[in-house]
Amino acid sequence: MLTTPSDTEIVMMREFDAPPELVWKAWTTPELVSRWWPGKRGTMRTCEIDLRVGGRWRYVMEAGEGGYEVAFHGEYREIVEAEKLVNTEVFEGAPPEAGAALNTNTFEALEGGRTRLTMVTAVDSIQVRDMIIGTGMETGAQEGLDIIDEIVAELTADGRASAAR
Amino acid sequence: MARAATTADVFNAVAEPRRREILDLLMQGERPVNEIVAQLELGQPQVSKHLKVLREVGLVDARDLGRMRVYRVNGRGLKPIHDWVSNYERTWSERFDALDVVLEELKEKEARDDES
Repeated sequence: MLTTPSDTEIVMMREFDAPPELVWKAWTTPELVSRWWPGKRGTMRTCEIDLRVGGRWRYVMEAGEGGYEVAFHGEYREIVEAEKLVNTEVFEGAPPEAGAALNTNTFEALEGGRTRLTMVTAVDSIQVRDMIIGTGMETGAQEGLDIIDEIVAELTADGRASAAR
Repeated sequence: MARAATTADVFNAVAEPRRREILDLLMQGERPVNEIVAQLELGQPQVSKHLKVLREVGLVDARDLGRMRVYRVNGRGLKPIHDWVSNYERTWSERFDALDVVLEELKEKEARDDES
């Protein structure tokens, strides 16, 4: 589930059928991250994790078959094992002035050995722009921000109404 | 994939917090400049400058209402942002699904380790 409390904050929430310790392990162990982080979009080429405050991480994915490389890196700011991980994130295709996003991930134990992960990404719009250009992400997505769809619908309706007046 | 410069400009336009405030206000309905000035407690020149940027990237347009000029949000201009967020969501949904698989294996491994 995705929400956007502000233009520069994106919040994703997801529950997993595993306790926080295991989700944490899957989130911070390079060989495990390599298996899920590319999703369906490619293969992990590099997965470096130096899990210390001030330590760095770097993920490099090859998109598609023999495609282009997509690389991200950052620094760990706060580490509370199996509870909270705060890190910066820089997309390497962006110019330096784009700055870094700040990710705050919290791992919350639920009943029945489950975990709720909340991922807050505070991202500069300029960086978002550069990510789009840099990663060549396709647009025209179908799902997503229903709220903006609604606004668009309302506005076009308003526009028609005011044009009719 | 090359993209139109205007798309990039939309992101630039909303990167400025004051311009987002103006957009938020106009989301509630069309307003003349003096009302935006009064509600946001910004100077008129500043507001006019921000409106100019927003109009240039197609996020805001203007129309004449009697003798007044009113500004309103153009929702279609938000589409690039909407598309990006949708794509972001899809990316992470795929990752989380893949993570589910990894977690199932970890749980099985733990169960086996507990038995031995």
